[in-house]
Amino acid sequence: MKEKIMHGVFAIAALTSIFAVVLICVFLFASGVPAIKEVGFLEFLGGTSWKPTASNPEFGIFPMIIGSIYVTAGAIIIGVPIGVLTAVFMAFYCPKKLYRPLKSATELLAGIPSVVYGFFGLVVIVPLLRDLFDEQGCRGQSILAASILLGLMILPTIIGVSESALRAVPQSYYEGATALGATHEEAIFRTVLPAAKSGVLAGVILGIGRAIGETMAVIMVAGNQPRMPESIFQGVRTLTGNIVMDMAYAEGLHREVLIATGVVLFVFILIINISFSILKRRDPNAG
Amino acid sequence: MQAEIKSKRKRPLSIILKILVVAAALITFAALIFLIAYILINGIPYLKPSLFAIEYNSDNVSMFPALINTLLMTVLALIIAVPLGVFTAIYLVEYAKKGNKLVEVIRMTAETLSGIPSIVYGLFGMLFFVQRMKLGYSLISGALTVAIMILPLVIRTTEEALISVPQMYREASFGLGAGKLRTVFRAVLPSAVPGILAGVILAIGRIVGETAALIYTAGTIAEIAVGSDFLLDSTRTLAVHMYILSSEGFHTGEAYATGVILLIMVFAINALSNIAAKKIGVNK
Repeated sequence: MKEKIMHGVFAIAALTSIFAVVLICVFLFASGVPAIKEVGFLEFLGGTSWKPTASNPEFGIFPMIIGSIYVTAGAIIIGVPIGVLTAVFMAFYCPKKLYRPLKSATELLAGIPSVVYGFFGLVVIVPLLRDLFDEQGCRGQSILAASILLGLMILPTIIGVSESALRAVPQSYYEGATALGATHEEAIFRTVLPAAKSGVLAGVILGIGRAIGETMAVIMVAGNQPRMPESIFQGVRTLTGNIVMDMAYAEGLHREVLIATGVVLFVFILIINISFSILKRRDPNAG
Repeated sequence: MQAEIKSKRKRPLSIILKILVVAAALITFAALIFLIAYILINGIPYLKPSLFAIEYNSDNVSMFPALINTLLMTVLALIIAVPLGVFTAIYLVEYAKKGNKLVEVIRMTAETLSGIPSIVYGLFGMLFFVQRMKLGYSLISGALTVAIMILPLVIRTTEEALISVPQMYREASFGLGAGKLRTVFRAVLPSAVPGILAGVILAIGRIVGETAALIYTAGTIAEIAVGSDFLLDSTRTLAVHMYILSSEGFHTGEAYATGVILLIMVFAINALSNIAAKKIGVNK
């Protein structure tokens, strides 16, 4: 009897995560989709003007979609090379004695709260960029600042996943390449790294997910102007930033449109997650 | 890894690649050290006793209420999420039969949950707990929201811990005549505790650092949640406190000091999680 009851309790507990996902979808879509219909699908996604409080309000989130894409692309350009090369260092170059402390350091990098990153960006990266690119009209809070900060924030993800992918490549690949006359570096970059390709890519995709979903740190350094950016020195507003900046005072349709912005973000993330699980299935050692 | 066989040949391109690899590692770790040192050096001078006064007001932006609320929020979220997560993992590892379709779906949804950005959790919490359940901006709305957020982490680490318990333990327990339930609670769970603990500690880290999911669920009031209806009080946690201080811009020094406390918490959390994880290694 007791056995059966507890079996039931475990099964019910196991259903909560399904229940949670269904609830999240239902509540977001139920509030967001009618708003998208009211604004018009194309006007919402493709509109370049965001004037939520004007007497004739416009709700185009295209600048924010572009903002999220620019900032994420910037983070990838900065974070991926550094992250993958650091993973190579951890897997093939790191002196044994240094390995434990450095591994803990990457874990620490992952554990630092995003407000602390954002604050650091605000007091270090923003003033630095303002001084460096004053002539280009850079006011500091810009696409570039957000890209640098996000590039730093996605490093632990990329390093962790890439390193386990590199370590999963059979030792014989390295040995074979060396036996054929390759140097240490040639063996790593010509044989081991290509063999770990899909694992490394899975890490990059996970990093993209982190960057697109990051909220607080980006708000603090990106400037949040809802307009089409013309250069990387200009401020930009991301999808996540749009939600937090406006939610504080939004009412009525404006508020529902912000939830619809969350729906768009959610769909982006779902696409990214599905690509990640497909890649992971191809290379079960990654992640 | 390649301890025995390591190529000693050198070519120009190889040397350049090696320099790039070492440079990348230097950038990564230098950035981390610089960030930590910068916050500590600028923040520690502001860590005055007055910052730990019980009352928060606009003259003295005490972080003490936020500190207590962070503690309350963490405990509440863990009370909700840990049993659910551990039970889910027990079901997945110990009870579900191989090839069970439900297990596939549960794994998939847990993976989906772990990828959802915290601001989306915040929106959901606002729509569901704050508005639909009429809990308002409150401690309990925030705790429920972050509980869902950390659920996948608890499930995954518990699953891993349970799987790593040798099959022998279960067989021996069954052999002595114990039932399934007794086997799970007396033989399997005790040896999985360090692994579960490591996961729970990581979850604490996520709660302490969370901002976006809490602003529109727990609210931003800087008062300690007390009294019989403390669950319904609006509260700000330390991370939210730091965000508000730095966006207001009047109390940068105090924001640095809050950053110091947050960093110290993160250090402690990581160290504890490592210690717990090391214990699994001993058990194996």
